[in-house]
Amino acid sequence: MNRRSMPRTRRLALWLAVLALFALHQDVWFWHTARPLLFGFLPVGLTYHALFAIAAAVLMGVLVRFAWPESLEAEVDGRTAETPPAEDAR
Amino acid sequence: MIPSLIVLGYLATVVYIGVFAFRHRGGHEGAEDYFLAGRTIGPFVFLMSLFGTNMTAFAILGSSGHAFNNGIVTFGLMASSSALVIPLSLLFIGTRLWALGKKHGFMTPVQLFRDRWECGHIGTAIFAVQATLLVPYIVIGVMGGGTTLQTISGGLVPYWLGGAVVALVVMSYVFFGGMRGTAWVNTFQTILFLGFGAVAVAVIAGGMGGFGAAAEALLGAPATASLFTRERVSPWYFFSYTFIPLSSIAFPHIAIFCLTARKMAQFKRTVILYPLCILALWLPCVFLGVMANRATDIKEVREKQEARRTLAAQGATLEAAAREELRERMRGDDVLVLLLNRYAPLWLAGLLGAGIMAAVMASDSQILALSTMFTEDVFAHYGGKERFGEAVQVHTGRLFVIVLTVLAYLVALRAPATIFELAIQYAFSGYAALSPLLVAALFWRRSTKWGALAVTLWTAAAMVAVAAFQYAVPAPPPGRLALVWSAGGLDLLARTPAGTAVLGLAPVVPMVLVSAVLMVAVSLATRAPGEATLRRYHSLH
Repeated sequence: MNRRSMPRTRRLALWLAVLALFALHQDVWFWHTARPLLFGFLPVGLTYHALFAIAAAVLMGVLVRFAWPESLEAEVDGRTAETPPAEDAR
Repeated sequence: MIPSLIVLGYLATVVYIGVFAFRHRGGHEGAEDYFLAGRTIGPFVFLMSLFGTNMTAFAILGSSGHAFNNGIVTFGLMASSSALVIPLSLLFIGTRLWALGKKHGFMTPVQLFRDRWECGHIGTAIFAVQATLLVPYIVIGVMGGGTTLQTISGGLVPYWLGGAVVALVVMSYVFFGGMRGTAWVNTFQTILFLGFGAVAVAVIAGGMGGFGAAAEALLGAPATASLFTRERVSPWYFFSYTFIPLSSIAFPHIAIFCLTARKMAQFKRTVILYPLCILALWLPCVFLGVMANRATDIKEVREKQEARRTLAAQGATLEAAAREELRERMRGDDVLVLLLNRYAPLWLAGLLGAGIMAAVMASDSQILALSTMFTEDVFAHYGGKERFGEAVQVHTGRLFVIVLTVLAYLVALRAPATIFELAIQYAFSGYAALSPLLVAALFWRRSTKWGALAVTLWTAAAMVAVAAFQYAVPAPPPGRLALVWSAGGLDLLARTPAGTAVLGLAPVVPMVLVSAVLMVAVSLATRAPGEATLRRYHSLH
């Protein structure tokens, strides 16, 4: 996706998603509590941040899908951003 | 004896991989092939090796040790913030680095800066600061190898011999295999230490009779209950740590590694899976570090806890030197090895020990990066390549690898580890403060070489100032602050038990913010590079 060709609302939504996740890292609400314990031993603060890492992976998937800097690769390959690459790298 | 043999077998495998990569090169002797694997690294090796390069000994030993004394906050401080910031920087900065490197043929960040900002000696100044911040990693890698081999062998392999073996192994595969050998070895090592976490959790859980009862016991004891929360760290200090992962992409070995991908599409999988790799490695290490507090049947664990209790109870009345001694005794960097020695069968302890060695030996990428930087940013820039040719440039790089490793080994034998650990602690802040250089060079047309120089000098000065401050003002006992400067009811500067606080934040925050302000202000006050240069760098969208 060419950055300039991305709709403004989509760009705004992606920025908000990144900022929201960044804000969610600062989880003051679980600061002083250990319970509930997931599986009987994993404290809630640690569980939350483990889930945070999974959420980060999901967000990265969304960004790769909708904010991939296709035009960079296209320019290096000497083609336009709208032309698909000759061979999809796996 | 058995664990030592397994670890030695692992070291032999690593050397074989490096030498195999040397043969695989098939006679090419070009600088791009040796230093960047000919920009041909495939998707799987790219992910595994990039992750392995980013994870040093601290990821396994340091994280569990930190969690042993500070609790679960370790994961939020260092792992989950990295799970967000590092993939973002790879997606938006790494891909652009790759594209510009491919387009203009540069091999180091300093080459990009010199070309982008039309400068020579300012590039050399950036090289000097980057190299100075990188050297302690190499020394600490040799030290970690010596210590780990000594611990795993139960003292059979002395520290000097362990360090020598690790230095020789790393030097061999970097010397022969260059970037290709290093990337393959890193891939092998990453697979090993990613597997380590799950196996270690299963074995230690079995040994401790399950974690449920142990967790309840720790929660029931006043001295250890807080390890299950984050109350030992303030929310502001916690927030400061989200700035630390900005250092990742600014580290030369990471930036250089971004140039090795065959296709830009290889970043896709790496960006998505990176947070999950962090989770797989850090969650078991942090959790086991906390649970080690329950392993009171291990003598060393009891001694560490005793030192921690003494420091907490009597720290205020003790001399600074006595507090420092107690801090040294309560250090938990070896708790994971102690748990494995106690709960894992010998052969498995050996395999898991090899996993730990894999993380400890992450200094290979830094050695290669310094060699690449020296030959490209100094040797080639000052005419060596033109005068002597590319083959001599590669030979120089190899010679540099030998000299650097031998020097690191000699320093590791004589210097106390704490100095280098401190240096590493602040290297993260230093590289984070240098990150505006990359952002400005890649995204801001108006940035100038003088802005870059201001950022570089500020970073160097801030690092020296923080080190001098911490040397001059002894660390207070746990839970207290030594306030040095306050004004208008604000605590401007304080010495904390673990470091320094500026307005209650870790120094990395003001370092990064001042860097960014300097880059903007000084650039706006000076002349921008020529239009032709700007078109070459900012025609990419």
